[in-house]
Amino acid sequence: MQRITFSEIETLQKIAKEIRKDIIKMTGNAGSGHPGGSLSCVEILVSLFFKVMRHDPKNPTWSERDRFILSKGHGAPALYATLAQCGYIEREELLTLRKIGSRLQGHPDKRFLPLLEVSTGSLGQGLSVGVGVALAGKIDKKDYRVYVLIGDGESQEGQVWEAAMFSSFHKLDNLCAIMDYNKFQLDGRISEILDIEPVIKKWQSFGWEVFEVKDGHNFEEILWAFEEAKKIKHKPQIIIAHTIKGKGVSFMEGNNHFHGRAPNKEEEIRALKEISEDL
Amino acid sequence: MREWKLGKPTREAYGETLLEIGEEYKEIVVLDADLSKSTYTFLFGKKFPDRFFNFGIAEANMVSAAAGLATSGKIPFCSSFACFMINKAYEQIKIGVAGSKLNVKFVASHAGISVGEDGFTQQSVEDIALMATFPGFVIVAPADEFATRWAVKECVKHKGPVYIRTGRPKSPIIYNENTEFEWKKTKVLEEGDDVTIISYGFTLHIALDARDELLKKGIKARVIDFYTIKPLDEETLLKAAKETKGIVVIEEHLLNGGLGSMIARFLSDKNPCRIKVIGLDDTYGESGTPYELFKKFGLTVENVIKKVEEIISNG
Repeated sequence: MQRITFSEIETLQKIAKEIRKDIIKMTGNAGSGHPGGSLSCVEILVSLFFKVMRHDPKNPTWSERDRFILSKGHGAPALYATLAQCGYIEREELLTLRKIGSRLQGHPDKRFLPLLEVSTGSLGQGLSVGVGVALAGKIDKKDYRVYVLIGDGESQEGQVWEAAMFSSFHKLDNLCAIMDYNKFQLDGRISEILDIEPVIKKWQSFGWEVFEVKDGHNFEEILWAFEEAKKIKHKPQIIIAHTIKGKGVSFMEGNNHFHGRAPNKEEEIRALKEISEDL
Repeated sequence: MREWKLGKPTREAYGETLLEIGEEYKEIVVLDADLSKSTYTFLFGKKFPDRFFNFGIAEANMVSAAAGLATSGKIPFCSSFACFMINKAYEQIKIGVAGSKLNVKFVASHAGISVGEDGFTQQSVEDIALMATFPGFVIVAPADEFATRWAVKECVKHKGPVYIRTGRPKSPIIYNENTEFEWKKTKVLEEGDDVTIISYGFTLHIALDARDELLKKGIKARVIDFYTIKPLDEETLLKAAKETKGIVVIEEHLLNGGLGSMIARFLSDKNPCRIKVIGLDDTYGESGTPYELFKKFGLTVENVIKKVEEIISNG
């Protein structure tokens, strides 16, 4: 890939900012949801949907598309807002999040939104689904890639490691996982509840190529990792992206209070003001 | 009692059928979790190695991956023992398959207590109850090798998730290669207007034996092979409830959540009648030969006759 230009990065940053605002509005309007873990993965999603992945919003089921699976399903607001930025869904629809009859269910639900690969929301399963999609790609000799965004707390699930073991054994180099390492899970700090460290060594020992992104909100760094990952042959890849839970809103950053709680009206206004002003 | 000729185990008929249709249906992929020699999926794996995946002893990964394969137009068949595939990957089936409306087929072996000597950890007496909780699933429990061959071929044509229950032991032959079955229906094997006996899978021959014994006493029992558990064949049930004095269900499954309980729920509303269910009453199986276990848990011709007579004598 050619070195990304400053203006391209600026464009991505602007999109990320819009998505952050949408996340705040959506969860604020819904009165529930998971803003913290949605805000932490915005740059990862923007990188994927606006730079890395081959896809066509006019043809969501295009057989050659790169696939994306949000294994950390509680990040649904971030995914929906990203899909809206791409044009898969109307932006006005975002405010229906979590409302009765909405296509935008609390966690991604393929029954309501068929353009999703699969329903997610119970942690630990998305990487295995990605394994299946990657296998299908190999059988069909297609060159699409499969991206799975997993949570850090999610890595406590045993099934993640079943999938990890299988993928490297079968040399699924068309499979790329990203771990949104925001250091918190519902009950508190991961390091205090059930530490996943040394997480890089774990993935390496499972036969994966590991890329560490020190700042998971820096587009240059993230895009570098994705490009390097694409070059790897015969091995699945994982990008461990260090992120900040609640990123972009001062009173939400690193504040696990907002793991599964929406901003109230006053907080919503403050958050939107902060995001808008921060340049 | 009839002289039953033992055919192949239904699990073996499954594996053979996969092998047979593998060429025609290129979309079929077969997944197993280190039990392919027991489920006979290894036959497919030998002939179509590129479409066979042994997931090792990791059922959750297998089931979620099946969902992923289905999103890409494949028709995945997932196999293992019923107790492992369903119980260990129950939630993966819920989210990835049922809750994503994906076209995955589950074919499990070692259902029921006819597993025998391995004991309760390998015997699934809850698979029907668990699989029936998944919206949109079709559940089929074939009685012999011929019914199994039909079910496996037919489920490929059906777009949507299916569970086929197969068993470990050699199954008494009830049908032949020309027998016709109807998808989502059941089969009346013997006509009779006094009582109805319903069974499915391996225990079906017990129902037929009971019918013969009852005939000697002048009681004419209707026998229905309820090979489709879900959706419930309401038409056949209503007819039986109206035309006979009551229904006896015999199944190698827990009473709670088994076919008998589904039938009772339906008929108690539409056409209340006497229903007696023979199955495992709030207990698990154990080690023993299949027929020793059937005797211990009351899955016998004698017990069916007793229940029928109770229905008739109570009017």
